[in-house]
Amino acid sequence: MFKGRDIVSIKELSREDIERIFEVAEDMIPIAKGEKKTDILRGYVLATLFFEPSTRTRLSFETAMQRLGGSVIGFSNPKATSISKGETLADTIRIVDLYSDVIVIRHPFEGSARLAAEFAEHPVINAGDGAGQHPTQTLLDLFTMAREFGDISGLNVALIGDLKYGRTVHSLAYILSKLGANLYLVSPPLLRMPKHIIRELNKKPVETDKLEDILGEIDVFYVTRIQKERFPDPTEYRKVAGSYRITAKLLSSAKKNAIVMHPLPRVDEISSDVDPLPHARYFQQAFNGVPVRMALLALVLGVV
Amino acid sequence: MEEEKTLKVQKIKNGIVIDHIPCGRALKVLKILNIEGDIGSAVSIAMHVRSRYGWKDIVKIEDRFLEEKELDKIALVAPTATVNIIKDYKVVKKHRVEVPDRIVGIVRCTNPRCITNQNEPLTPEFYVISRDPLIIKCKYCERDMESDEIVENII
Ligand SMILES: [Zn+2]
Repeated sequence: MFKGRDIVSIKELSREDIERIFEVAEDMIPIAKGEKKTDILRGYVLATLFFEPSTRTRLSFETAMQRLGGSVIGFSNPKATSISKGETLADTIRIVDLYSDVIVIRHPFEGSARLAAEFAEHPVINAGDGAGQHPTQTLLDLFTMAREFGDISGLNVALIGDLKYGRTVHSLAYILSKLGANLYLVSPPLLRMPKHIIRELNKKPVETDKLEDILGEIDVFYVTRIQKERFPDPTEYRKVAGSYRITAKLLSSAKKNAIVMHPLPRVDEISSDVDPLPHARYFQQAFNGVPVRMALLALVLGVV
Repeated sequence: MEEEKTLKVQKIKNGIVIDHIPCGRALKVLKILNIEGDIGSAVSIAMHVRSRYGWKDIVKIEDRFLEEKELDKIALVAPTATVNIIKDYKVVKKHRVEVPDRIVGIVRCTNPRCITNQNEPLTPEFYVISRDPLIIKCKYCERDMESDEIVENII
């Protein structure tokens, strides 16, 4: 049962929950594309509280709600609200909860979505809390893989780039491993996945700093950004970032049906000559955010 | 033999003896019980005492009894400790401390970016991930804290 449930952390979702979300998301695809119309959420109000900007995520949620016939209130600039006058998040949530049927929150502090879920009567969906959880991103990533290959179990997934600081990649590693994928962790030594995250994985991952070594085994290349700030020396950064760049040339020795994913925005981790290749799946992945979020809204509001 | 060593520290009439404290943690135990300066009763500490299991610390406090919450705090600082309740020079009750499954309101999260450290009306709460070694996870930011960090962040 999903009705009334909060979606705060991916760890709270069982395999069956995830299957149910994907089943509904699959049905939502023609509606998300505008090919089919529905108003199953007519009369429902979604509040999107973006305490820090994330235009892509916010637009994706708002599109999801409107495609289902619901309406949206909210803000994407907290400076213009009473929050900047020192109101607690708890109070803001209590009030918005009175105005709406479901709340989506993005907030710079870790654990803020859990707080919101405790203070709101209505369901709360976490759209990213600081360096913490971002479960809808994780779900749309999984959905993209599941649609492509049918099953996550047995997939060889390479997580590439900054595996140290990117907490969303930690959640993704956790859930992929729980669902039976084989993980390949590809990063410069400086940005390796922390031990406490690896400890929670079901199976020991393959760790390497050389993408070339595992290229031919991979089904999914999940690329993340390596941030300049992580390196004291800019030349070192350029050297390291360059060695994890996905190019058309590199992919010529990859599996034929391998796909390339990226949470976007990308800078130059994926060369634009990959865009026209059958491997490129990052734009599809971004689109999949809409049907997955439609499914979550419909499920927590209890209309499907 | 052990009893004899213990007796080197002054015997008390009424109060508590916290025994089997891991070496070096005695002062921490006093700190979390807010025992500093003038408290109006006798306190004695034995540090680095030989015991059957190696070295340990002992704390004795006269005319003082413990609340449940204080026992939980001691468990976090000194998971191996036993607390003896003394009445008329006799041990009337003896219990091992035990880390509770949920730790509510006695430890602060070390993560400065955690919502529990932002003046919200929240009580910090942790789940126990592992008892030996002690690892707890913040219910809000999901960050893990290990033994030394926990000791430094008891409220
Ligand atoms: Zn925390």
